[in-house]
Amino acid sequence: MNHWIGAPIDRADGILKVTGEASYAADFNFENLIYGIPILSTCAKGKVVKIDDSDALKIPGVLTILTSQNTPEFFPAKSDFGTASQMGEIRLPLQDETIHYAGQYLGVVLAETLESAEEAEKLVKVLVEEEPPILEMEKNLSQAYSPKAFFGEPLPVIRGNFEKAFSEAEIKLEEIYTTPVEHHNPMEPHASIAVWDGENLTLYESTQWVVGARNVVADALKLPREKVKIISWFVGGGFGCKGFIWPHTLLSSLAAMQMKRPVKVLLSRRHLFTTVGHRPATCQKLTLGASRSGKISALKHHTITHTSFVGEFLEGSGGASQNLYDFPNLQVIYQVVRLNKGTPTFMRAPGESTGLFALESLLDELSYKLKIDPIELRLKNYAERHPETGLPWSSSNLKECLQIGAEKFGWKNRNPDPGSMKQGNLSLGWGMAVSMFPGFRSPGSARVKILPDNTARVESATQDMGTGTYTTMKQIAAEILSLPPEKINSFLGDSSYPAAPISGGSMTSASVGPAVEAAAKKALQHLIDTAIKDKASLFYRCSPDDLQAKNGNLIFKTDPSKAETFGEILLRNNLPFLEGEAFIKPDQPDKKYAFQSHGAQFAEVLVDPYLKTIRLNRMVGIFDVGKILNLKTARSQAIGGMIMGIGMALYEKTVYDLTTGRVVNDNLSDYLIPVMADIPSIDVEFIDKPDPYFNSLGVRGLGEIGITGTAAAIANAVYHATGIRIRDLPITLEKLL
Amino acid sequence: MKYSVTLRVNGKEQKLNLDARATLLNALREILHLTGTKKGCDQGQCGSCTVLLNGKRVNSCLVLAVMADGKTVTTIEGVSSNGELHPLQQSFLSHDGLQCGYCTPGQIVSALGFLNEPWDKTPEAVQIGMSGNLCRCGAYPNIASAIEEIRSSIQEAASS
Repeated sequence: MNHWIGAPIDRADGILKVTGEASYAADFNFENLIYGIPILSTCAKGKVVKIDDSDALKIPGVLTILTSQNTPEFFPAKSDFGTASQMGEIRLPLQDETIHYAGQYLGVVLAETLESAEEAEKLVKVLVEEEPPILEMEKNLSQAYSPKAFFGEPLPVIRGNFEKAFSEAEIKLEEIYTTPVEHHNPMEPHASIAVWDGENLTLYESTQWVVGARNVVADALKLPREKVKIISWFVGGGFGCKGFIWPHTLLSSLAAMQMKRPVKVLLSRRHLFTTVGHRPATCQKLTLGASRSGKISALKHHTITHTSFVGEFLEGSGGASQNLYDFPNLQVIYQVVRLNKGTPTFMRAPGESTGLFALESLLDELSYKLKIDPIELRLKNYAERHPETGLPWSSSNLKECLQIGAEKFGWKNRNPDPGSMKQGNLSLGWGMAVSMFPGFRSPGSARVKILPDNTARVESATQDMGTGTYTTMKQIAAEILSLPPEKINSFLGDSSYPAAPISGGSMTSASVGPAVEAAAKKALQHLIDTAIKDKASLFYRCSPDDLQAKNGNLIFKTDPSKAETFGEILLRNNLPFLEGEAFIKPDQPDKKYAFQSHGAQFAEVLVDPYLKTIRLNRMVGIFDVGKILNLKTARSQAIGGMIMGIGMALYEKTVYDLTTGRVVNDNLSDYLIPVMADIPSIDVEFIDKPDPYFNSLGVRGLGEIGITGTAAAIANAVYHATGIRIRDLPITLEKLL
Repeated sequence: MKYSVTLRVNGKEQKLNLDARATLLNALREILHLTGTKKGCDQGQCGSCTVLLNGKRVNSCLVLAVMADGKTVTTIEGVSSNGELHPLQQSFLSHDGLQCGYCTPGQIVSALGFLNEPWDKTPEAVQIGMSGNLCRCGAYPNIASAIEEIRSSIQEAASS
């Protein structure tokens, strides 16, 4: 054991990032570059009658304006997650005149300079025949449909007999919880630079999925997939909105092929509110039956949510009720309404973040009704096995999370009566909630090369959006090769490396990590094989079992003084490198275990009794996500998830004008995300026990779990402080008046 | 309309013939190819594009490049010297005050400006004085401790 896995080493890409040398998509520059600025529809439903670009074309430097009138045909790419070619919006851009939502691309201005492109875009006049848009899901329930499946899982979910158990229950509760549309708003707006050389198309993209982007672009343009290459070395945050492939990527590609020059399409902040997805609003009705002792016998989780007219999406809020507690009688049902808004997509912990706000608020309400401590109530309903499949947990440490969190937070000192605790003149509120996210894995591959200068490189077509992948992947290789991590470089974000899945679903570590481990083992094996066949080597004709790697040397296990550096072995054999490549698929044939991450979050708020201002004072989060690959980056990621959860709880809401369907607050002054002064002390701890069955590393991933439960913990704390239950996010002060 | 403009960027004089509409941010990124300074919102709301203009922090997306004529500009590329990280950069690295890294150049340059401003000498002042620089990854606690380490060391040095 080298103990490189888990070590809290500094971020591998940190120096590039603190010096400004890390190249994000928009940072690439090319000779003869053309700038592309999209033209957006200001109308949410209707038809384009005419696009008058005569004034725009008069701006010096404007080359052309692509609209549906002069854009060649795209070919429908297969939109299928399973085959790695999922588009965010199924409709192909600039192919027809129909308008489905405000913000839809109607064209793209191509100009010699950014300034000319931006000015010309404002001068394009679009004449439309408008129709009244459908914008409110509650008012259009008659148009709702019930999805039959969610990523292969059949819907609705029916377990036991809800109606019977509910009618027999001693205690009954029914409440409606609502969450608004939220937008990911990574700091980096999407950019796409397309370079076409007449045969090969290279795209510099902001994407969480280089393989998916390559496949969609190649298919939509009818190019062989091997002729398309996606570079996404650095991604300025994604959180889901850079997961699937959105129309701007097709526009830059097509423009570059048309113009035979490199084209840089830059989205501005307002574009991020329309054409790259959002978390859809939910209206969740939860109906619960329980015994007086707090055992929940019946639960119905009915979610109403929305998608667009040009894409399919379901916010799976009911998954929280399906997978967390031992609810013997359960119904999870969905209704989806099509609205004239952009297509929703995954946003950090899709389903669980909204679903746990509802479920964990409801459990807090039940705890008050029954006068049971909220933690005790959760333990009473603890699922000893995975409630949906009945499979044993591969590893579940929810009880430890609750216990450690309660101790760290000082929960035993809580007086449960609302408004009973004070800090000076302010009401003090303490609330808690459980965090949860399923363990997902996909097939992943990687290559590890040992080089003659005693260094190594890891290559995989995975991505690092701030998730620490550059760092953790080289730590895994370091562990196997027994090379210090500073001697290893990770190369990611390039579709020509061995294929890896989308960076989503918290699955990169669990999918790519084992592939890096296996590839490093193969590379080392090749090194050992080379040495034992090499007459000049100390290890000539030795048994491979007698050898091991140690600090960049191959040594005898029994006599470490007999050593050869990796480089010596390579150089003597005239080898430029020795490599191992591995493709690892999850073992699924006999489903013996259920995989899920759990956690517990505790929040302290201070509420002014007169002004009702809410101040978050501190938070504690304890997470069980299997083995931690790097304690430093893991802690940062969990804190970051909780901070996005704070935004969800207290600030974030996208507002649509109900006449025009346009986003009113499509900027970072009006769409509020947490700023530094909003963020209190956040204490994060991990259980850090390897998951024994999920994969060879025991890692489950932690991109999403941090945000799950945060909003409920804060809402529960606000109730504790004020006695006012807010079931509608975000919790703003006017709701407490 | 093009204007002749002289900027002193990271100690180097740059004579440029610039579009009157060009922001300082676009001139840095698209003309000088100093892409360390990032565009997050292009409307002065996120702080990703923070540079020092004559030593004071500004959102470079809100400054027309022609208005910076004759002024000194410090971008993230000018913060380290001779390949050595500035102590603040090292502190961001050690405290893991970054994740995706996109807001990081703005955070670091903004912190440099902040440390020269007459704020109270407290950690709370860091929290408020740095709230114009948004970070969606939620690196705030680590950014705060990275800056606080430097702020308190400057304070100690001054009082000893």
